[in-house]
Amino acid sequence: MAGTPDGLFIRVAEIDRRTVAITVDGVALTALDGDTLATALLTHGRHLRQSEFGDGPLAGFCLMGACQDCWVNLGDGRRVRACTTLVADGMTIHTGNDL
Amino acid sequence: MSEPQVLVIGAGPAGVRAAEALVAGGISPVVVDESPRSGGQIYRQPPDGFTRPGKALYGFEAGRAQRLHQTFASLQNHMDYRPETLVWNIRDGVAHTAQDGAHGEIPFDAIIIATGAHDRVAPFPGWTTPGVFTLGGTQVALKYQGCAIGRRVAFVGTGPLLTLVAWQYAKAGTEVAAVIDSATLGEELGALGTLAKDPTTLAKGLYYTASLRTRRVPLSHGAVPLEAEGDGRVEALRYRDGAGREQRVACDAIATGYGLTPETRLADIAGCRFAFHEPSRQWLPETDDDGRTAVARVYLAGDGMGIAGANAAEARGALASFAVLADLGRSVPMTRVAGHRRQLAAARRFAAALDGAFAYPADLAATMADDTILCRCEAIRAGKLRHAANDLGANELNRAKALTRVAMGRCQGRMCGAAAAEVLAAALHTPIDQVERLRGAAPAKPVPLSLGAKP
Repeated sequence: MAGTPDGLFIRVAEIDRRTVAITVDGVALTALDGDTLATALLTHGRHLRQSEFGDGPLAGFCLMGACQDCWVNLGDGRRVRACTTLVADGMTIHTGNDL
Repeated sequence: MSEPQVLVIGAGPAGVRAAEALVAGGISPVVVDESPRSGGQIYRQPPDGFTRPGKALYGFEAGRAQRLHQTFASLQNHMDYRPETLVWNIRDGVAHTAQDGAHGEIPFDAIIIATGAHDRVAPFPGWTTPGVFTLGGTQVALKYQGCAIGRRVAFVGTGPLLTLVAWQYAKAGTEVAAVIDSATLGEELGALGTLAKDPTTLAKGLYYTASLRTRRVPLSHGAVPLEAEGDGRVEALRYRDGAGREQRVACDAIATGYGLTPETRLADIAGCRFAFHEPSRQWLPETDDDGRTAVARVYLAGDGMGIAGANAAEARGALASFAVLADLGRSVPMTRVAGHRRQLAAARRFAAALDGAFAYPADLAATMADDTILCRCEAIRAGKLRHAANDLGANELNRAKALTRVAMGRCQGRMCGAAAAEVLAAALHTPIDQVERLRGAAPAKPVPLSLGAKP
C-alpha cells in the first residue's frame, strides 16, 4: 500500500485523506491531513534526525510524547515533538540532518 | 463563597470519569490534557477526518471507548477543557501550564492528577536503531495514524500488550515476524488461577495468542532480545530462546516493551510520598484507597498511581472525585463509592497476578553489556553507570545521575529509569529499593525557554 520504498512506516489504513504539501530539509513532500510530523517523515524516510551524541540516526521511540526522541525544528522557529505535532499545509521542517 | 476550583490533569479513562463525577457533584472542573482529543492512550481518538469505526480501533473495548468519549462530550458545557496543554509544574496550589508556547497558571482548591502510564523499557544492543519502537508507540502508529511501523515486525517484551499489539498488526495485514516473550509459560500458567477470576480478560488474551498461532506466527517464551541488527535501519532481531539457543529473525521493525510504568513526575513535583512496590519493582506514590495523598488538595487517579488497567482507571477517577467532594463537604453517593471500591479491589488482584505472570526482566537489564546504550537521550552506555557505582561512590540513582547524566536527558529517565535502577543495584550488590528512586523536578517535560517571556 501507500509508502515509499525507503520509508520506515507503511500506511495500512485511512489512506483516503486530503493531501498536504510540506517541505522537509528543502525537499517538497506530500503528507496526508491528520498525519503527525513523525508519520509524514517516516513514510518517506528512515529517520527524523541525527543524535547530537554521535550514535547515529534516530526515528523516535515512544510515539506518545514521553521519550522526547523526535524533536524537529519548524520553519517558524518552533521546536516540536514530531510524534505529537500534526502537519499543516505549507509547513517547513528542518531535521538537522543537512547540517 | 465562590465555587471551589478543581483541576483534573489528563483526559484518559481516569480523568474523564473524574470530571464526570465532579460535574455530577455540582462542580465545574478545569480539565487539562496534553492530547488534542480525549481518551488517553488506550482510548486515543484519531485526528479529524479519520473514518475507521470504533470496533477497528479499540476491538473488544470499542463499547467502553465509545461510552467514555460520549461521556466527555456530554460534559463540554460543564467544564473548562484545555486540550494540547501541558502542566509542567505544581506549586503552592497553582498549576503551571504551557499551551502553544504560552505560559498559564491555574490556581486550584483540589487537583486530581491522572497522567497515566507509558511502556517500561529494557534496553538491548541496537535499541536506538530507527525501526525500534515501544509497544505502546507501535499501537499508537496503527490506531492514531493508520500506519504500521514496518512491513515485517518482530515483537519482543512481555505483558498483555505484547500479544495484543502483535494480533492487531496481524489483523491489519502486517507480517508479524515473531512474538518473543520473556515470561515463561510456567509463570503465565502459575498466574492462571487468579487471572481466571476475570474470565473475559483472560479469554481475550488466550484469543490473541490462539489467533497468532493460527497465522503460524512463531511464539517464543522465556526468550530475551540479544541485538537489533542493522545499520541505520532494522534488518533482524537476534534473541535467545527459552532453551538458551540463539535465534535470528529477519524483520524491518521491532516493537518492544516490558509492561507499563506509571507517569509520576507531577505527583512527585506536587510533593507526594512514594513507597517501593516490590511486585512491580517500582516506586509508587502513596495514596489511600480513594486516591488521597498525604499532601493537602492533591489527589491521584488511574494508572499514574500504579498499573491496574483501564477499567480500574475509570473507577479510580470517580473515586478520586468523590474524595474531593467529600473533603469539600459536599454529599457523595456512598453506594457508588462502594461499587467502585469493589471494582478496584478486583482489578488490583488481577493486576497483581499480571505482575507475577509478566515480570520485568531484571536480569536482562542488570547484565546488559558495558557498551550497550542505556540512556538514549544522550547515548550513555551501561559501563559508565557501573563505573560511577564502583569507582566514584555513586550509591544511589540521583548521585549516579549527577555523575553520569543517565536519566538527566530530555526524557528525564522515563525510558532508561527502570533499567538504570537494575544496573546500579547489581553493580552495588544491593537490593533494588536501596538505590532510591529518581527524584522528579519541574519542568515535568521540556518547555521552551521563551515560555515565561512577556511580549
